Amino acid sequence: MALGLYSRDGSVTRGGRAGVVCFPETTDEVAACVRIAVAHGRAFVPRGAGTGLAGGAVPCDDPVVVATTRMDRIHEVDVERRFAWVGPGVVNLDLTRHLTGTGLHFAPDPSSQQSCTIGGNVANNSGGPHCLQDGVTSAHVLAVEVVLPDGEVVVLGDEEGRAVGYDLRGAFVGGEGTLGIATRICVRLCEDPPEVATLLLGFARVEDAAATVSAVIADGIVPAALEIMDQRVVEAVEPFVHAGYPTDAAAVLIVELDGLPAGVAAEVERITAIGHDHGAGTVRVAADEDERARIWKGRKSAFGAIAVIKPDYYLNDTVIPRTRLAEVLAKVYEVVDERDLIVMNVFHAGDGNLHPLIVYDAREPGVMERVLEAGEEIVRISVEAGGVLSGEHGIGLEKKRFMHLQFTDADLVAQDRLRRAFDLHGLANPAKVLPTGASCGHVTSLGRPPEGMWV
Amino acid sequence: MTPLEAFRDEVGATGPVCVRGGGTRWSVGRDPAADGAGPVREVRAPVGVEAFEPAEMTVRVGAGTPLVDLAAALAEHGQEVALDGPPGATVGGALMVGRSPLRRGRLGEATDALLQADCVGADGVAFTAGGPTVKNVTGYDLCRLLVGSLGTLALVGRVILRTHPIPEASAWLAGPVEPSAVSPLVHRPATVLWDGERTAVLVEGHAADVDDQMRRLSDLGMVPVDPPVLPPHRHRVEGGLSGAGVLEVGAGVVHRDEPATAPAVPNGVAALAARVRDSFDPERRLNPACDPHRVPV
Repeated sequence: MALGLYSRDGSVTRGGRAGVVCFPETTDEVAACVRIAVAHGRAFVPRGAGTGLAGGAVPCDDPVVVATTRMDRIHEVDVERRFAWVGPGVVNLDLTRHLTGTGLHFAPDPSSQQSCTIGGNVANNSGGPHCLQDGVTSAHVLAVEVVLPDGEVVVLGDEEGRAVGYDLRGAFVGGEGTLGIATRICVRLCEDPPEVATLLLGFARVEDAAATVSAVIADGIVPAALEIMDQRVVEAVEPFVHAGYPTDAAAVLIVELDGLPAGVAAEVERITAIGHDHGAGTVRVAADEDERARIWKGRKSAFGAIAVIKPDYYLNDTVIPRTRLAEVLAKVYEVVDERDLIVMNVFHAGDGNLHPLIVYDAREPGVMERVLEAGEEIVRISVEAGGVLSGEHGIGLEKKRFMHLQFTDADLVAQDRLRRAFDLHGLANPAKVLPTGASCGHVTSLGRPPEGMWV
Repeated sequence: MTPLEAFRDEVGATGPVCVRGGGTRWSVGRDPAADGAGPVREVRAPVGVEAFEPAEMTVRVGAGTPLVDLAAALAEHGQEVALDGPPGATVGGALMVGRSPLRRGRLGEATDALLQADCVGADGVAFTAGGPTVKNVTGYDLCRLLVGSLGTLALVGRVILRTHPIPEASAWLAGPVEPSAVSPLVHRPATVLWDGERTAVLVEGHAADVDDQMRRLSDLGMVPVDPPVLPPHRHRVEGGLSGAGVLEVGAGVVHRDEPATAPAVPNGVAALAARVRDSFDPERRLNPACDPHRVPV
């Protein structure tokens, strides 16, 4: 039963199998787990909360799973120098709560922040709505203590975020557990903004919302967050959160601006004008903190609320140039409609990060093939538009077969050079990220799910 | 043949080789002893702003382009990049030295500026690191590894950089106060400098917000000043300022008159770094006289 639990993550990947699951509490214990695994020629797979969406934590071929959930201490918060040392098992939102009253916060805020861990955020270089202005996890990790794949312990970076020599800290973040295991993380803490304004704009056409996003960026405004939810999402979410989303709008745009009062006021005015120029039916500014909180609660609970429509979902994650949002979104709807499926779009529009969510009922015969086909087509369309395979979920098992769409063989060889320098024995979360790696025996990624399998 | 292909061919697959940019920081990370080890062929990276998309807030530019030329092209549309350097410095040189801009509080770190790099590896084969979009976690983050690598892992011919809007207003103020007295009065200052007696701060943003912060700072006894001239040598410090010099508050960098020595590197990190260099350049033909570990900060 327990092993079964650790055989999967938040992705649709099934068929993984954990050999042994370890729950180390200290760096030395993590190093011991790694050394023992390597001494026996066994692979090891680091694991946080298991909320990943690309199969990065799915164990292939009975590896040693090293779960860092018990390393959940906040070791130190230095308010003056604005950093915190935390264990990899600290839940993202717990750090935010812990910092209440200090005037500081940890910026990355994935939708899974109630359960995902900071160790997982580091492994996946996670994002979130509020990463538009301040960057994803990589920009917020100053230093990281790592158990390397040979069991050696090193600290990469320092409390000022400076490398000695190569920026190995930067290379490690986003390594999806293939470069070692983070055991202590020094995160940058950002100043809370003195002023925040949250706007809700309703549009009769999704393209108009997308065009508004492009126009805002073109105007030189970089909001704190810039999110689009389409009508299906709004209709599913509104009954739960009562955020006052306009349910008659084809798309809702959430814009958050922060900073000093005059700048925020000026940008609210400019964005209101840009919205009206692009056909916004409604433009509302949240009146108070409660209204603001409800607007965000709706955005972040979107994936939970869709269960009322269909029992299963497949969430994609690609990035496209933000000047091409309207055109690519139209194609996404087309691809999905053609296959008689339902797609809901809720995404980080400001940085062009699409999250098409295909909802379906896996019991319907033949539906899986259509879902996978549509997913593949969305990836293809994104890359053709000048985009990339993933903006924040990573490659894991799910997308490694698409790596050749974006990279040449030579590009992948260069990436493999980095991996080999960290992982001499090829035992750190093998078979993930690069298509050149080992295969993953019995795991069913998105490739060909066997008949009758619950995906 | 495109300029990038010509660059690849010039780098070739054999013999010691490096890229020469503006030569403004040629001694950074250089081992004078290794310099005498034999001739190193110098090649130049392509020059020119290839594609600037203000609405995308990205720019594709040849690594050999002088920073001032890039800045001028971006300023036409009210944008800038998080790289700075002495007059004559090139985009590629600034990235390979990897120093964050003085205005890092507003622009972020140099390592966050690079989105994509078209490179030539030690084997003479062209490859691309990263991707063209502002957000990207596809595969390994070779771009961050390249920034500050002094051209020892691959030679960079062309890059895509993230741009930022140039703030509407900015002002330098200085006065005989401690940095801790300044920080509650400003929000995200571009930089804060402390020489042990005086704090200098650069505030940027919307004009009314800058005026407002200036008023609060002048109540504290600070007055508008010209941008300060910093002593030439960068030293690494932990936390506060000790001895003579100018501290970049929060950056752990002190600017002093005397040269700095290279920091101690823990064995494990040195071993890992050596494996990385060997993995990318087993024969050590790329900029062999330079080593990022020789850079103080």
